[in-house]
Amino acid sequence: MSKQTILEIKNLHAGVENKQILKGFNLTINAGEVHALMGLNGSGKSTLAAILAGREGYDVTEGSVNYLGKDLLELDPEERAREGLFLAFQYPVEIPGVNSTYFLKASLNEIRKHQGQPELDAIDFLTLVKEKMKLLELNEDLLKRSVNSGFSGGEKKRAEIFQMAVLEPKLAILDETDSGLDIDALKTVSAGVNKLRRPDSAQLVITHYQRLLNYIVPDFVHVMADGRIIKSGDKSLALELESRGYDWLIKHT
Amino acid sequence: MSTATETIESLVKQEYKYGFVTDVETESTPPGLSEDTIRHISTKKNEPAWLTDWRIKAFRYWQTMPEPTWQFVKYPKIDFQDISYFSQPKPPANAPKSLDEVDPKLLETYEKLGIPLREHAKLAGVAVDAIFDSVSVGTTYRADLAKQGIIFCSFSEAVQEHPDLVKKYLGSVVPYTDNYYAALNSAVFTDGSFCYIPKGVRCPMELSTYFRINAAKSGQFERTLIVADEGASVSYLEGCTAPMRDENQLHAAVVELVALDDAQIKYSTVQNWYPGDENGVGGIYNFVTKRGLCKGKNSKICWTQVETGSAITWKYPSCILLGENSKGEFYSVAVVNNMQQADTGTKMIHIGKNTSSTIISKGISAGRGQNSYRGLVEIRKSAANARNFSQCDSMLIGAKCGAHTFPYIEVKNTTASVEHEASTSKIGEDQIFYCNARGIATQDAVNMIVNGFCKEVFKELPMEFAVEAQKLLGVSLEGSVG
Repeated sequence: MSKQTILEIKNLHAGVENKQILKGFNLTINAGEVHALMGLNGSGKSTLAAILAGREGYDVTEGSVNYLGKDLLELDPEERAREGLFLAFQYPVEIPGVNSTYFLKASLNEIRKHQGQPELDAIDFLTLVKEKMKLLELNEDLLKRSVNSGFSGGEKKRAEIFQMAVLEPKLAILDETDSGLDIDALKTVSAGVNKLRRPDSAQLVITHYQRLLNYIVPDFVHVMADGRIIKSGDKSLALELESRGYDWLIKHT
Repeated sequence: MSTATETIESLVKQEYKYGFVTDVETESTPPGLSEDTIRHISTKKNEPAWLTDWRIKAFRYWQTMPEPTWQFVKYPKIDFQDISYFSQPKPPANAPKSLDEVDPKLLETYEKLGIPLREHAKLAGVAVDAIFDSVSVGTTYRADLAKQGIIFCSFSEAVQEHPDLVKKYLGSVVPYTDNYYAALNSAVFTDGSFCYIPKGVRCPMELSTYFRINAAKSGQFERTLIVADEGASVSYLEGCTAPMRDENQLHAAVVELVALDDAQIKYSTVQNWYPGDENGVGGIYNFVTKRGLCKGKNSKICWTQVETGSAITWKYPSCILLGENSKGEFYSVAVVNNMQQADTGTKMIHIGKNTSSTIISKGISAGRGQNSYRGLVEIRKSAANARNFSQCDSMLIGAKCGAHTFPYIEVKNTTASVEHEASTSKIGEDQIFYCNARGIATQDAVNMIVNGFCKEVFKELPMEFAVEAQKLLGVSLEGSVG
């Protein structure tokens, strides 16, 4: 019984302007798995997330990215989202004037429409939303605000995970979700992410610090340096990294 | 043949009884403007002598006036002798006989704007039998209003049927001496709306120019007069979201509103005149003078406008706050895209005691459009305890457009309180990408963000307009990003 391959990145080389950032990146993620990607600043973690989400400004010079059997790099960012790819941003941007609930409903319905499901009307959507809010212990008045407007750092991160809960993606990429969070917020966010694990979906958790991985326990840990993965292992690799540091690992690989 | 056909025909002929549409089917006036042209117009419309005289006085005054040059919009010099001031409507023989003969792009736009199918025919100028629908609706509607003493008809009709009312109020808010284009309009105005709401009557429905049969063809020099008597109120909608083309490039309208004691008038405009092509060729010049007089105490006049069309929009719907406790409001969204230009805003003139005014202006610039807000808040010596709040926000889409603000504040009474806020913002790439990353296409993202920006104005629009206005903004800004 083989699991579905959700993401397959082969020999990816990419850069910005004349600078190469990803230098032969390889990664395979199957359904039901949680992968952690760790690395220092400048290792290329955020570049990888941006390229997977479809941000403009990057040149892919070599390699391929296969998502659910499709060439991901050929799809526009909105098409990727509609195919079930979700990026929880490291710095979620504010969109004043656009109501959060309205935004999320528009997003969900685009995805549902694309996947051949009926769109939800306002009433059904609100019912769904209230359910999910309980899951993440979020305050209902967040729903009334404009997208990320006036949200604290912690609220923005929790709002990202809330969106993930509503959109139920096939592949969720969490880009340094722990940055800027205090321990309590970290626990809440992690609890939320864990509740969203499903056997038919996968998560790629990008982080700097091992601490997050105490709460979101990964199946696989990969260490990234200089644009590619230098070592992979299970959750114990993260602990080793914590005690010995990145330098040690880089020297020994 | 059948009585139905006879009824239709007589109804149609009856509607054509007033206004310049009558016997003019074969008439064609060559371009040019002189006293003769004006007498000709007046004769054709069968106007009383006092009105002809008024027109002539206005014309003579216009001839002494220099063209204004202070505006922040550029256009080639207008040759006033090269305009036909009395053009006949399209004879039925040349009109499209069915929707199949209408430009499919036009129909596509109607669809995008959510305009119901039966209205497509009227808007596209399809021949008479399709107009029957609106003729019968319009006729029933006016009969209901008449039962309450409400007069709502074309201006030309009002001159014939209610000359005293017209004479009393015409030019009382915008005299022909007011400005260059008002003088021109007073001399050559073609038609428009007239509305009178008697004492204590709240008009039960929104009055719309759509139901005024001559709307489509009399846009060139429109003259509208609305009077709300003591305790009366009315909400009036001008224009429609459908893109309107016209052979005539210059549109210089005048709108006068008068609100007596405890009366309220809400005047909403949605304007989508042909804006010209991407290079700024063609397009309508929309030079309008709109002013409301809050004559009575506790009176209120509210202007709301969504301006997305025209090559040039130049207008300042204003309020003269004469009556004690009177209120003036101005809510505006003005969009310029491609090569459009707008110099628009408002004037709030506080004269009476305890008057207040609110100005919310949202300007959106895209393409190489230039959008200017020009506002005047004047608090005269007599205006004790006057209050004003102004907010003008600009949004820039892309790197080649411009937004400019020219606020004027003149306060001559120390008990006044005047607040002015302004902001400029851009639609950021990051915001668009965030929406994309959530499955929302770029154009939809722009629409969402722009609508959020305009929310405060849209919520002041009459309901059906608000929905149409959102769609209209979407269509106007198509292709502005990416």
